[in-house]
Amino acid sequence: MKSLAELAAIRDKMKDKVVLREGTSDMRVVVGMATCGIAAGARPVLNAFVELVNDEGLAGKVTVSQTGCIGICQYEPVVEVFEAGKDKVTYVKMTAEKAKKVVEQHLKGGEVVTEYTIDSAKA
Amino acid sequence: MKELSLNILDITENSTKAGAKNIIISIVEQGGCMTVTIKDDGCGMTKEILQSVVDPFYTTRTTRKVGMGIPLFKLAAEQTGGSLKIESVCEQDDPVQHGTTVTAVFHTDHIDCPPMGDIVSTLTTLIGGNPDVHFLFSHQMDGKTVGLDTDELKSVLGDVPLNTFEVLKWIEAYLKEQYDAPSSI
Repeated sequence: MKSLAELAAIRDKMKDKVVLREGTSDMRVVVGMATCGIAAGARPVLNAFVELVNDEGLAGKVTVSQTGCIGICQYEPVVEVFEAGKDKVTYVKMTAEKAKKVVEQHLKGGEVVTEYTIDSAKA
Repeated sequence: MKELSLNILDITENSTKAGAKNIIISIVEQGGCMTVTIKDDGCGMTKEILQSVVDPFYTTRTTRKVGMGIPLFKLAAEQTGGSLKIESVCEQDDPVQHGTTVTAVFHTDHIDCPPMGDIVSTLTTLIGGNPDVHFLFSHQMDGKTVGLDTDELKSVLGDVPLNTFEVLKWIEAYLKEQYDAPSSI
C-alpha cells in the first residue's frame, strides 16, 4: 500500500536535491498541451519526456514543461527545445517513441534530430 | 479525442489558465449514467462569453479566449444522449465567489460513449504542470471511490514541490492502487 509515510521519505530524500536543482537548468523542453495537442497525442509525449529526462539523469540540466497552443496545430504534437545561445528547435508530429531519440541524441548528445524537425516536415 | 480522460485534461487546462487556485474534478458513475464535474475558482466568464464557448466557430484566433475544447466535450456527451452544462460567475461581478463549473452527463451504456482511458495520466499531467494548484479528485464507481487531495500531500511534502518526479510517480502508483483495489460489491 502506498502510504503518506512513503511520501514523507521522498520529501526527506529530496530536500537536499531541490536546492541543487534551482537555476541550473540550461535546456528547456516545452510540450504544446492545448486542445489541438492533446487530441493529437501530446499527453504520452509529455510523459515520455518527463520519464526519460529522469531516467537518463538529466533532471538537473533539462526542465520539461507544458504550454498552450503554439499555433501550428496541423503539426501537433509539437515539442520545442530551448537552449541558451542557440536557435529554438521545433519538433513536430511527435510520439513517445520519437521522444526517446530526441532525449538520447539531442538532450544528451547535443545533436538535433533533424528528421523530426518542422523544417524537414515542410520540405 | 479518443478518451474522456483527454477531454477532462483539456477542460481542466482552461481552469488553470483562468487562474484557479482550487480545482475539483469529480466523476460519479451510477447505474448507466456518468457525471463528470470540473469546478474551479478561476476568473469566470461574462454572460456573453459563456454563451459563445459552446460554438466552435465563435473563436477569435487573435485572443484565443475560446476554442474547440468545450464543443468537443459537449459533442462527446450529447452523442451518448447526455448533456453538457456550464455555469460561471465572472470575477468582476463577484470578486469573492467567482469561478466556472462544467458538468457533463454521459450515458455509459450507449454505444457511442467513449472509454475513460488513462485518467491517472491526466491527473499526473495536470499536477505536474500546475504544482501550486490545489486539486481535489474523486471518482465514485459502483462499490468504490478513488480519491486524491493534493493539499493533503502538500502538508506532508512541505517545501518539496508536487511536480518532483518521485512525487509524481508516487501519485501515479497511489491512484493506480486505488483503481486496482477490489470493489466492495
